[in-house]
Amino acid sequence: MSFSWAKPYEPKHPVMKWLDERLPLPRLAYGAVGGGYPVPRNLNYFWNFGVLAGIFLTIQIVTGIVLAMHYFATTDGAFNSVNGLIMRDVNAGWLLRYAHMNGASFFFIVTYIHIFRGLYYGSYKAPRELVWMLGLVIYLLMMATAFMGYVLPWGQMSYWGAQVITGFFSAFPLIGEPLRVWLLGGYAPDEAALTRFFSLHYLLPFVIAGVVILHIWALHIPGSGNPTGVDVKDERDTLPFHPFYTAKDGWFAATVLLVYALVTYFAPDYLGHPDNYIPANPLATPAHIVPEWYFWPFYAILRSFTIDFILPAKLWGVLAMFGSILLLFFLPWLDKSPVRSGSYRPVFKRFFWLLVIDVLILGYVGGAPLNWWRTALGQFASAYFFVHFLVILPLVSAFETPDPLPSSITDSVLHGEEAEAAPAGQTRPRRGATATAG
Amino acid sequence: MRFILGFIGSVFAAILLFSMISNLATYAKNPPAPLAAEEFHREPKALHLKSDGPFGKFDKAQLQRGFQVYSEVCSACHSLKLVSFRDLKGLGYNDAEIKKIASDWKTQVPSINPDTGEPAGRKALPSDNFPAPFANEVAARAANNNALPPDLSLMTKAREGGPAYVYSLLTGYRNADTYRDEHGKPLPADAKPPQGLHFNPYFANLNVAMPPPLTTNGQVTFADGTNPTVDQMARDVAAFLVWTAEPNLENRHAAGLAVAIFLLVASILGYLAYRQIWHDAKRAVRITGALDPKNQAKAKRAKAKQGVVG
Repeated sequence: MSFSWAKPYEPKHPVMKWLDERLPLPRLAYGAVGGGYPVPRNLNYFWNFGVLAGIFLTIQIVTGIVLAMHYFATTDGAFNSVNGLIMRDVNAGWLLRYAHMNGASFFFIVTYIHIFRGLYYGSYKAPRELVWMLGLVIYLLMMATAFMGYVLPWGQMSYWGAQVITGFFSAFPLIGEPLRVWLLGGYAPDEAALTRFFSLHYLLPFVIAGVVILHIWALHIPGSGNPTGVDVKDERDTLPFHPFYTAKDGWFAATVLLVYALVTYFAPDYLGHPDNYIPANPLATPAHIVPEWYFWPFYAILRSFTIDFILPAKLWGVLAMFGSILLLFFLPWLDKSPVRSGSYRPVFKRFFWLLVIDVLILGYVGGAPLNWWRTALGQFASAYFFVHFLVILPLVSAFETPDPLPSSITDSVLHGEEAEAAPAGQTRPRRGATATAG
Repeated sequence: MRFILGFIGSVFAAILLFSMISNLATYAKNPPAPLAAEEFHREPKALHLKSDGPFGKFDKAQLQRGFQVYSEVCSACHSLKLVSFRDLKGLGYNDAEIKKIASDWKTQVPSINPDTGEPAGRKALPSDNFPAPFANEVAARAANNNALPPDLSLMTKAREGGPAYVYSLLTGYRNADTYRDEHGKPLPADAKPPQGLHFNPYFANLNVAMPPPLTTNGQVTFADGTNPTVDQMARDVAAFLVWTAEPNLENRHAAGLAVAIFLLVASILGYLAYRQIWHDAKRAVRITGALDPKNQAKAKRAKAKQGVVG
């Protein structure tokens, strides 16, 4: 697609030739994920997580469609259809459900690694801003889908999670409460809410799949980034996706699936909450309402606003929580450093790891019951989150002196990135020598 | 735009930091007193079952004993709605035994009189789920001092600690007046159970509505001759409730092992294939011959050995 040396598709079998002339689908696949897509040769294992996210989306869709065949979207039937029919009587129903439950968690794990990969290596920078923004759209859709999916078993956490999250809308003045009632189809989560959540939970994954296609399409215009952040210069910098990256993705996917299988088969409820095995009861509030682990950092930000400053604390919390995701859309313009890769940005790198620690702290605070020091810690960590993206990052990108970059991807492969980051002016072998020496 | 965003970020951060300081100040001024429920609450005792761990299998003799405890004690108040009589095959009973257990079950299955259409009951069949001891929630509460005995089908998955919690709770009843915690501290007066509740340090708020169900050794006479101590009965019924919550546990463990071995082999073969495929790719850009860093290092060592400088 993007490079002049990308191999064109040449059908060998007469059937493929016949097909290619009428519907060039094999040509499309070959150019997208086959031998026709040149990829930088120096990708590290953090570049495997996009493919993994695609694998988990597929697992979720396949297991989800079969689960939906046995699920009753009614307040009387939902809990029993999941915990009775599916877990006990449907052939391998327990496997489908555990695979789907933990598949959601693993989808988020690989997506978070994928996002932080992007943050460190500057994958959001020109010319890949749209790739980044489409990725964020996928992430938002994932959050909506996961939330609605968690409501479907109609356990205690399902119900109260739905109650709390839809309650966000009532934070907005005037329109808030009518909006909440309209979205829920009632004053509290009930049959109407459950049925529409099921409908949307079935729909959104296909919307995600559609945006994934746009995400990959937008990526294939400039081509994949790489750990040095240096642009591809010529053919020696790239390898065809197939067989090189299919092989690398293949074995790594098998290994990640092994971890996923170990959790699914041997600790299927580890990432869940015991309260969701209690049927929903609108009259009994659980002692600690917590969302699923992948929402903990955002839940911590929401709960951190404890004082009414002009606006009510709840509204500040909701605004900040949505803001914490929306600000990521502005990242390409907040970080103006021309150097993409964090490996060559000594100051940025330190702040990046601070951010990672900060998000882990937020996750811990969001999942644990509140007490005085966790509240204070959460407030500090939430403040850092906003300062990091909206103040520190623009300042660092303005004042930082980056380390010298390797002259090309091939150079960095040859000598290792350590050598390439040597002080400027130090001579290094000419690339011409490289080419002729073999 | 960056200035606007920076300003918004600063506002959020300022409010958060101000909240943090005001919270810390409030805490410093009047730190909250520790709650008795938190102070005296105990984590479940350790319980080891054969179904534990990745290779765990059910101990069917124990499950049958636990089922006996359920049917003779727990089932007076607690339902087991998600389990059906035919599932008892998993405990090692045969079809005839299951048929007998079902038809002998003390509660009848709600039905209608085929002649009049009036509500009636009939004997349970193997295909029926365990009938609930009370017709509805109102009846259950009326018979239990306004407390609702929860369904036990998923109990070991619905509580932190699972079977260990069930075992600890059943054996954890203590006299609130004479109770001392591990530091010898007595219960404060306001934490003592109100009328109709029973003190149990393993229960979340210390006071549980359920009266001690297993009170005396020999309350149940085990068919297999095991000595029915309270501890033994509690262990057995906890093991039984692991089965009711997760009847497919053995299947899951067996399938998990097969899948894990398959994926392990796939990973290893995939890795070897990856190394094979990339071998040539790395070759293609590596400097070989005299310029190979390895050869250069070798030459340098040889020179140094001969005493040649440079």
